[in-house]
Amino acid sequence: MLPGFLLVIVFVLWPLVRGVQMSMYDWNLMVPEQSIFVGAKNLTRALTDHNFWVATRNTFLYAVVTVPGQMVLGLGAAMMLHSKIHGKVLFRTLYYLPVVTSWLVVSFVFAFLFTDGMGPVNYLLTDVLHVTSEPVPWLHQTWTAQVPIMVLGIWKGVGWNMVIFLAALAAMPAELHDAASVDGAGGWARFRFVTLPLLKPTVLFVTVVLTIGAFNVFLSVYLLTGGGPERSTEVMLTYMYNQAFQFLDFGYGVTVGLLLGAAVIVLGFLQRRVMRGAVEY
Amino acid sequence: MATLDLTPVAPTTRRPSHRSRQRRGRILLYVILVAGSVAMVLPFAYMVATALNPQRWILPYPPTLWPEGATLSNFARAWNEAGLQRYMANSAIVSGVTVVLAIAVSTTSAFAFARLRFPGRELIFSLYLITMMIPDMIALLPKFQVMRDFGLTNSWTGLWVIYVSNAVAFNTFLLRAFFQRVPRDLEDATRIDGGGPWTFYWRILMPLAKPAVATVAVFTFLGAWDDFWWARLLIQDPGRRTLPIGILLFFNAHGTQWSTVFAATTLAAIPEILVFVALQRYFVSGLYTGAIRG
Repeated sequence: MLPGFLLVIVFVLWPLVRGVQMSMYDWNLMVPEQSIFVGAKNLTRALTDHNFWVATRNTFLYAVVTVPGQMVLGLGAAMMLHSKIHGKVLFRTLYYLPVVTSWLVVSFVFAFLFTDGMGPVNYLLTDVLHVTSEPVPWLHQTWTAQVPIMVLGIWKGVGWNMVIFLAALAAMPAELHDAASVDGAGGWARFRFVTLPLLKPTVLFVTVVLTIGAFNVFLSVYLLTGGGPERSTEVMLTYMYNQAFQFLDFGYGVTVGLLLGAAVIVLGFLQRRVMRGAVEY
Repeated sequence: MATLDLTPVAPTTRRPSHRSRQRRGRILLYVILVAGSVAMVLPFAYMVATALNPQRWILPYPPTLWPEGATLSNFARAWNEAGLQRYMANSAIVSGVTVVLAIAVSTTSAFAFARLRFPGRELIFSLYLITMMIPDMIALLPKFQVMRDFGLTNSWTGLWVIYVSNAVAFNTFLLRAFFQRVPRDLEDATRIDGGGPWTFYWRILMPLAKPAVATVAVFTFLGAWDDFWWARLLIQDPGRRTLPIGILLFFNAHGTQWSTVFAATTLAAIPEILVFVALQRYFVSGLYTGAIRG
């Protein structure tokens, strides 16, 4: 009990306090004592920095697309696997594979799939489907680069959503569905008026967890685009990381991290408010 | 023949049509599920196919899933030249020790929260819940400073401290939910037989909690095996680098050699998939417990 508590205090909570302190300094990593107090300068700098807002926009966009995307596909897969079908374990395992594979590996794979000249995706679009005559430079343009980044985010998360929704469906009392069938409710009506309301607590839980995850998007962007071209695909964490380790502006990087943390907490709170009144059964 | 026309036809024709519609629905269901599986597996298939590609510098065009003259030479090159051997061993040690430490720390914590009474229990537990909601990366930079304060840079001890402390809150949360469902009677029975709380923990609780412990083990293992940023920030000594760093360095140096890069990533992904498949029986039921309680 005590070791766990100490670890949490010293290496999880204490850094947050230290972070608040660091955010008010022009922080010197090598000799912290020589850091210069600057007050709220880091904060005002973030709020007036164009690239900070680009990174914020991209992070929000990523969350807005990937959170519902993963959830809908994951719920769909769970609904299908919840019925009586063969090969349930096989499907479940296959859908879960991207979840257990590391971000580093799948980011490389997606970088390869979307490479300019010889990538399988461009091959499919130009030579097989003839949608475009020229290969698309996916990773080198602000908006096309969002496609591989977001597709990767959704692809990697579907399996996790599926498992959580499968758990919720398994815990659901079957009598309610039977009763609805007796009353003449069809498949869609049963889903819409019985299953979905009962899933509300799970949907809330998943939304909160996925939003936190989406705001944590980092390695995929770092490896796929590196934030380029011209920092236009940066997300908040790549921005924070580059400020700290590329420009060695530690205090400013810490401030960006804390702003991100504040955004996550406020969003989680709002989501809880919106979805309050969850159904208990 | 005329008499046949008088027989009621409606029920006999309606029932097969209903059934055939149902069958069509089931076929559609399988088609969608298989299409989904293909979408999930195809990127991995391309990865492995590229790793088997016999040419070092040139990739086949059009891209193929069955490269002509497939060879394992890229795997040999990744294993020997790219130094994967060393990185893999390092990662195995780092992740293995992390799992053992994390399980020791979080099962005892969860046991205390679920079974023992002490002042401030609820307060401390809600503190854990809050830390669960704060992603590790937000405090990346201050944590890095704290690690420097404690002199824990450039050592595996630093990695263990970070990995274990990051895992404690979630693991405790999940295990506590599981421990709470173990009936009181079992604890009373242990006491009547003369066993203290430790006997109960070792003899009764831990064996019963296998699914939850397996879940926690999988998550902790994947967290440590996957970790990129801490390994990169904390470890400077080339001899102590872990797998993700090794792969990235190789990629940076030989980025155009997709075949060797993918041989390396394939080897890196195998332990993850093996651990998951081996423990999946426990893992899924353990995750269910956490999800429903969450």
